[in-house]
Amino acid sequence: MLWLLGLLWPLMGIHADGTLSFGKAFTVWLYVLAGTIVIVALVILHKQGLLTWAGAPLKMLRAPAAATTARIPTWIWIAIAAAAAFVFPQFADRYGQDVAINVLVYVCLGLGLNIVVGLAGMLDLGYIAFYGVGAYTYALLSVYYQLSFWLSLPVAACTACIAGCIIGYPTLRMRGDYLAIVTLGFGEIVRIILNNWMQLTNGPNGVLGIKAPGLYLPDWSGGFSFEHLYLKKLHYLYYVILLLAIFTILAVRRLNISRIGRAWEAIREDETAAELMGVNTYLLKLLAYAMGAIFAGLAGAFFAARMRFVSPESFTFLESATVLAMVVLGGMGSIPGIILGALALIVLPEMFREFELYRMLCLGGAMVLMMLFRPGGFITAKRLGRRSEDKEG
Amino acid sequence: MAVEPILELRDVHTSYGAIKALKGVSLTVRPGEIVTIIGANGAGKSTTLMAICGIIGLQQGEIYYNGEPIHGQDADLLPPKGLCQVPEGRRIFPRLTVEENLEMGAFFRRDTKAIQQDMAHVFDLFPVLEDRRTQKGGTLSGGEQQMLAIGRALMSRPKLLLLDEPSLGLAPMIVQKIFEIIATINQDGTTILLVEQNANIALQSAQRGYVLETGRITMEDDARKLLDNPRIREAYLGEV
Ligand SMILES: Nc1ncnc2c1ncn2[C@@H]1O[C@H](COP(=O)(O)OP(=O)(O)OP(=O)(O)O)[C@@H](O)[C@H]1O
Ligand SMILES: [Mg+2]
Repeated sequence: MLWLLGLLWPLMGIHADGTLSFGKAFTVWLYVLAGTIVIVALVILHKQGLLTWAGAPLKMLRAPAAATTARIPTWIWIAIAAAAAFVFPQFADRYGQDVAINVLVYVCLGLGLNIVVGLAGMLDLGYIAFYGVGAYTYALLSVYYQLSFWLSLPVAACTACIAGCIIGYPTLRMRGDYLAIVTLGFGEIVRIILNNWMQLTNGPNGVLGIKAPGLYLPDWSGGFSFEHLYLKKLHYLYYVILLLAIFTILAVRRLNISRIGRAWEAIREDETAAELMGVNTYLLKLLAYAMGAIFAGLAGAFFAARMRFVSPESFTFLESATVLAMVVLGGMGSIPGIILGALALIVLPEMFREFELYRMLCLGGAMVLMMLFRPGGFITAKRLGRRSEDKEG
Repeated sequence: MAVEPILELRDVHTSYGAIKALKGVSLTVRPGEIVTIIGANGAGKSTTLMAICGIIGLQQGEIYYNGEPIHGQDADLLPPKGLCQVPEGRRIFPRLTVEENLEMGAFFRRDTKAIQQDMAHVFDLFPVLEDRRTQKGGTLSGGEQQMLAIGRALMSRPKLLLLDEPSLGLAPMIVQKIFEIIATINQDGTTILLVEQNANIALQSAQRGYVLETGRITMEDDARKLLDNPRIREAYLGEV
C-alpha cells in the first residue's frame, strides 16, 4: 500500500508538460486510502461470516441463473453473438463502427497468433511482421497493378505464409527464450526493410492511393448488368472484416480439433516426448508458424484496404505486444476468450480516453488485476476432450 | 547361427558439446528378450536410449533395427516401425487428458478401430487409467503417470519397447506391479530394453544384462549370473 502511494506521488505530480504540482496528489491519496479501508473492512467482515445475510439472497439468485445459463446450448450463444455482430452497424455511429472494425482486425490477429503461442507453445514476438507483409502486399498490388482486393487476399496470405516459412526455417530450431528473441529481431528486420526500401515501399512516407475493396452488384436499371462499387462506407468495411473474422474463427476451430491441433498441443507440452511419439516436430512447428502468418496476412490486406494508406509505423513491436497481450489476457487456446481479449484491449483504452495521460496506467492496472484473479485468462481454454466426455454421457 | 537381432548397437559414440557421454557402446537385443542396462547415475543409460531413438545424433558408430541402419534417421520415423520409448521421468503431456495422451501414442496411426481396441487393451492392463480417462495427465500420481507413459507407448504397437527407469520415485508396491505388467507385455510378444538404477529388480526380470560405466559397456552376461557376480553385488546391489 505504501508502495502504491509512493508510486502515485510522482505519477500524479509530474505533468506531461513538465510542470510539477503535488497538491492534487494528496486528494488522490485520500481517495485511495478511503477506498482501501472500505475494501479491507468488507473483506474482514466477509471472512468473519458477517456478510452471509447479504450474500445469501445473492447466492439464491445466482443458482437458478447459472442453471438456466447452462441449459441454453452453446450454439444459441453463438447465434446471439453472430446476430449482434451482424446488426451492430445499424445502431452504432461512425466512431462505434470504427472501434468495432479495429476489434475484428485484432480478433483475426489474436486467433492467428494463438495458433503459434497458445497451441504450439512458441513465444513469437515478431508476429506483426506478417500483418505488415499482408498489408504491403495488397498495397503494392493495388497501386501498381490495380489488382482487386478479393484477388489480392489469397496473394497476401501466400506472401505472408512464404515470409513465415523464410523466417521460421532457421529460427524454429531454437527453443523458448531464444526463439522469442530471434522472432523479435526478425519482426524488426521486416519493419526496417519496409522503411528503407525506398523504390518499392516509398519508405517511411508509406504507400498512398490504395483502393477499397470492390463489389459487383447486379444493376437492374436499363437491362441486366453489373455495377462495380467500391466499399468505402465504413459499415460495408465492417461486413468485410466480419466475414474475414468469421472465416478465421471457423478455420482456427477446425485446426483446433484436428490431429494437427492435437500434435501442436503435444509439442507445447513436451517437445521431446512428442517426437518420441512419432510427431515431426520441426515440420509441425513450421506449419503452425505459417498458419499464424496466413491469418495475419489476411488481416493485413484488410488493414491496407481500409486505411487506403500503409506505412511502416503501423507495424512496430508495440503492436506485436498488444496482440500477444490479447491472447494471454483472453485465455490462451480459447477462441471466445481471445475474442473477449481483443474486445477488452481495444474498447477499454477507448473508455479510458477521459483519463488521457493515465490511460496506459489504467490499462496496465486492469491487466495486472486480471492476471491476479484469473491467471488462465477471461475464458480458460476448455480442453477439447469433448469426444471422451460425450461418451460418458 | 543365432537369431537375427532386433536391435544392434556397434561402437556408438555421442557427446554433449565437449562432454563425451558414450565412448563406444555395443550391444544386441534379440526378439522376445528382456535385456537390461544397469549403471550408476550419469553412466549414459538415458543417452543410449535417446541415441537409439534418434533424438541425439551419433558421432561415430552404427545402430541397426531389424537389420536396417537407423542412425541418422529422423526420430519421428521410428515409432511407425515399432520402436518406441518410455522416457525417463515419464514425460507425459500434463495438460492433455489421459485419453488424449494415449491417442498421442497412436499419432501416426490412422486405423481408428484398431486404436480403440488398443486403448481398451491398455485400460485392461491399467484399470486406474480408465477411471481417470478425462482427467489431465499432470494431475495423476507418480505411479499413475508411469502407467500412462507405458500405456501411451503401447498405443503405438511397439515391437521393441525401450523403458527408461520405470521404477523411478515409486513405492516398492507399485514398482512390483509395474514390473509384473512389463513381464506381461513381454509375454505378449514385445521385446524390451530396460534401463534401471534398481539393479536388483531389473536383473530379476531380465534374461540378459549389460553394465554401463561412464559411457562404456564393462560387462555383459545372463541376468542370473550378473545377480550372483560378487562385483555387481557390491557395486549395484549395495552389499559389502
Ligand atoms: N543435455 C545434456 N547436456 C549436457 N550434458 C548432458 C546432457 N544430458 C546428459 N548429459 C551428461 O551425459 C552423461 C550421461 O547422462 P545420462 O542422462 O545418459 O545418464 P544416466 O545413466 O541416464 O543417469 P541417471 O541414472 O542419473 O538417469 C552425464 O554425465 C550427464 O551429465
Ligand atoms: Mg537416465
